[in-house]
Amino acid sequence: MTTVTWTSDEIMTVTAARSLRDRMSCFVGIGLPSTAANVARRTHAPGLWMIYESGTLGTVPGHLPLSIGDGILADTADTVVSVPEVFNYWLQAGRIDVGFLGAAQIDRYANINTTVIGDYADPEVRLPGAGGAPEIAASCREVTVIMRHSRRAFVDRVDFVTSVGHGSGPGDRERLGLRGAGPMRVITDLGVLEPDPLTRELVLTGVHPGVEPDAVREATGWDLAVAGDLAVTPEPTDAELSVVRSLTGGS
Amino acid sequence: MIVPLDEAVRELVHDGDTIALEGFTHLIPVAAGHEIIRQGLRDLTLVRMTPDIVYDQLIGAGCAGKLVFSWGGNPGVGSLHRFRDAVTSSWPVPLEIEEHSHAGMANRYVAGASGLPFAILRGYSGTDLVENNPNIRTVTCPFTGQELAAVPALNPDVTVVHAQRADRDGNVQLWGITGIQKEAVLAADRALVTVEEVVDTLDPVPGQVILPERVVDRVSVAPGGAAPSYAHGYYERDNEAYRAWDAVGRDREAFTAWLEELIAAPTTPEPAGRGL
Repeated sequence: MTTVTWTSDEIMTVTAARSLRDRMSCFVGIGLPSTAANVARRTHAPGLWMIYESGTLGTVPGHLPLSIGDGILADTADTVVSVPEVFNYWLQAGRIDVGFLGAAQIDRYANINTTVIGDYADPEVRLPGAGGAPEIAASCREVTVIMRHSRRAFVDRVDFVTSVGHGSGPGDRERLGLRGAGPMRVITDLGVLEPDPLTRELVLTGVHPGVEPDAVREATGWDLAVAGDLAVTPEPTDAELSVVRSLTGGS
Repeated sequence: MIVPLDEAVRELVHDGDTIALEGFTHLIPVAAGHEIIRQGLRDLTLVRMTPDIVYDQLIGAGCAGKLVFSWGGNPGVGSLHRFRDAVTSSWPVPLEIEEHSHAGMANRYVAGASGLPFAILRGYSGTDLVENNPNIRTVTCPFTGQELAAVPALNPDVTVVHAQRADRDGNVQLWGITGIQKEAVLAADRALVTVEEVVDTLDPVPGQVILPERVVDRVSVAPGGAAPSYAHGYYERDNEAYRAWDAVGRDREAFTAWLEELIAAPTTPEPAGRGL
């Protein structure tokens, strides 16, 4: 048996990066999504057109930004536009291929909560809130969610719908007038979940090497279905790992 | 027009005002926020798309009765604990919140700057924000029949922004990530701009925003006045300070000690030879 030379965070990041294609336009959330998008741009997708909601279009930062509006994003952008422009002319007008989002909580229909844990009027935990996510989830052609797997985070129903995934099932996005396809994959440190084409419920369609499907079901707060043709993520290559580590400072 | 910061705040900001201190990660008017804390202003409705640590400080100091916002956090670090404490435990005073998305807030400022009563956007549909915020409604397009989100214009009593520089007449120049500052200033009844420096001539810079003096009420020189955020071309973002705030903000005692120190400190001094 070979020794595993990567961490679960690293294979999550690499898997998310691989989901991006060259020359796509990508609306990038800060944190894990930002790391993955920058890995993609430094590996197989050099023409990835990254947009951060601070108004930096086509940015190619030399290191990972800590915030959504670090100076390095403006310095290296094709252009810097105002906040109304990035949301109205670029996102709302349907010019973005994929939204790359994180989340505090997600449910079986891939609805996303970044607002509160518990009751809105009297929350157990107050989270930062919506930011750009509701309209990113609505208007990008599709959405990829990147987050660590746990029963606290993967729940049957989110406490608060900050951003709509697939609502309560088939037809909801169309009924709500949401023009993008919504979350088409959720990439975690354990595997990959995708919406069932008919029910729109998230199904486990892939696991990372060494991860048993039951372990993913155990870390999920609903009765997670497992696809018949479950894929196993190809191991990260040395080149991918070296890029991830050059960005995150890991080894 | 160009006055010391404490005087500008005294002249323009009053208890009970609706006030926006805007800045999207860049050029956050931190020195002005600290002066508001120092002057003990109360019952403010604080407005901002991205309230970060200076709003955490204003809330913890008891300046705010209400917060209108779309994302309240310590960027890249985590949550705002004074904000959390005010929402969940009403400490030091209860804080009412009105919560939007970025797209909604941006369009509210655009409507305010445009002299319109409300803004339309494709947004909010299906989210729980709608049922928790009476200021998110819908409107039917008279041409196509499409249903769209409607949000009321934002017209703050006062908007405060920080910019790189102004000339001696009070024309203001900013560049880099310019966020929502132009709209926030044009939407406001009164505008205060703090600047890194005052210069004789505003040499053009690519991507610049100019705020003509006729829409600016007071300019105050506050070198370093955006720190720990940054001023493009002047200084970098102090990421360590954002990380360090987490421990101070988490703890009421540590915060109170920080607050006492801030109140005791003089208003940001203006170094000799700069501006004026």
